[in-house]
Amino acid sequence: MKNLIILGAGTAGTMIANHLVKKLPNKEWQITIIDQYKTHYYQPGFLFLPFDIYTENQVKKVGKKFIPSGVNYIQKKIELIAPDNNRITLENDETINYDILIVATGSKIAPDEIEGMDGPEWRKSIFDFYTYEGAKALRDKLRTWEGGKLVVHITEMPIKCPVAPLEFAFLADSYFKNKGMRDKVDITYVTPLDGAFTKPKATKALHHLLEEKGISEVTSFNIERVDYKNNTIIDYADTEVSYDLLVTVPTNMGDELIERSGMGDDLNFIPTDKNTLQSKAYENVFVIGDATNLPTSKAGSVAHFEAEILEENILKYINGEPLEASFDGHANCFVETGNGKALLIDFNYEYEPVEGTFPIAGIGPMQLLKENRMNHMGKLAFRWVYWNMLLKGIPIPFVSANMSLKGKKLETIG
Amino acid sequence: MKKVIANREINVNEEGYLVDFKQWDREICECIADECNVIMTEKHWEVVEYLQDKHHKEEPLSIRGIKKSGVINIKEFYKLFPGGPLKVSTKIAGIPKPKSCI
Repeated sequence: MKNLIILGAGTAGTMIANHLVKKLPNKEWQITIIDQYKTHYYQPGFLFLPFDIYTENQVKKVGKKFIPSGVNYIQKKIELIAPDNNRITLENDETINYDILIVATGSKIAPDEIEGMDGPEWRKSIFDFYTYEGAKALRDKLRTWEGGKLVVHITEMPIKCPVAPLEFAFLADSYFKNKGMRDKVDITYVTPLDGAFTKPKATKALHHLLEEKGISEVTSFNIERVDYKNNTIIDYADTEVSYDLLVTVPTNMGDELIERSGMGDDLNFIPTDKNTLQSKAYENVFVIGDATNLPTSKAGSVAHFEAEILEENILKYINGEPLEASFDGHANCFVETGNGKALLIDFNYEYEPVEGTFPIAGIGPMQLLKENRMNHMGKLAFRWVYWNMLLKGIPIPFVSANMSLKGKKLETIG
Repeated sequence: MKKVIANREINVNEEGYLVDFKQWDREICECIADECNVIMTEKHWEVVEYLQDKHHKEEPLSIRGIKKSGVINIKEFYKLFPGGPLKVSTKIAGIPKPKSCI
């Protein structure tokens, strides 16, 4: 019997387990998935939790429900990966050997990377919304906050779901309007990028929305430290931005396990072939989801598209064939713009977010890069799609792993 | 598109970044630096070499990477290349403007 081990039972790990269990002959292969945490979070929901749009129960379920029967599920802490010996060490020094390893350990926030961020004001006047605890604490804060200067801030790239901080700013605008206190809140969006988003075309559309909503922008801001005593963030060029409430996206890093195992880059992300998803250092180690260092978004949609490609390549690897399936960096994100509207972007390594229709060329019903209600309905419906289709590896009709160029106005990335 | 730098026709993109590193040399470098209001010192050259080395190894450039470069710290980096040090320094080094991925 051969062993295929998946590390991490989050979005990517759960999806690839569901894909592979249907494809690998169960007499020859045992699939094992290892994750110490029992709860599976719907991370896109963390955006809505602070604004009381989603409840706690809408963003979490017991992870076990989504692990297919036939997969061995171990709920233990992973101490070490020893890729030279094809061996995993769990807590209590228990070891387990693999023939193929898939790393899906994701990324998480590291507020301690910036001086003053993770200090005495953490979750008092400085918040994140990238964790369940952070989003919940921020919700409680916002419920009673009387207004002032709200700063929505990105520490450094790459971050999981790069549109989320913008969406947060848009939703905050709506939230305070609905509470009848928008005039008491000043919203500033602070980013290390030189525009609102990473791709010029989408930046234009999003910049326009920021302007329309009266949200000011501070760009090219590389934070050096938080002066929590004086409620100020300071960057390396000595630019200062003051806040009453700082909602920051701290540095995103891969799991400490990757660092302990000596497999990551500066940010603990694993160097991975951007097309085949094989790790660069070990031929029997593959990487999926946020754990990779791929130059595309860290997002659930990306993990979903990667899972289809990785399934093919794992089968090819087992048969000793060349890894032909090639990931194109496809990402597909709903961007919530407030007031019950959203826009939708679709892009890959090569093409920028473009205008057009989605998912069916010429028909839609959703429109790319245009703000409307249909896209917002799509975003809300996505929660159901996530729990009921995505995690289970059920393909979404009309949406292919590699980006379709039909029905789109195309522009390549220069 | 083409741009005349140091009396030579050089291929650049819309933002003025070299598209063919083979066309880069110290003379071109100094002309671009001049346009960016940077006067090259020994430290500048050291940083330029570091950036080019990283680029050729296909290692992504970031402010964080500068911290660990062993060549310069971030504060100095800002002083040497004012107004967006990564943007300015990569232009001078003749390599593409770093995509902050995603």
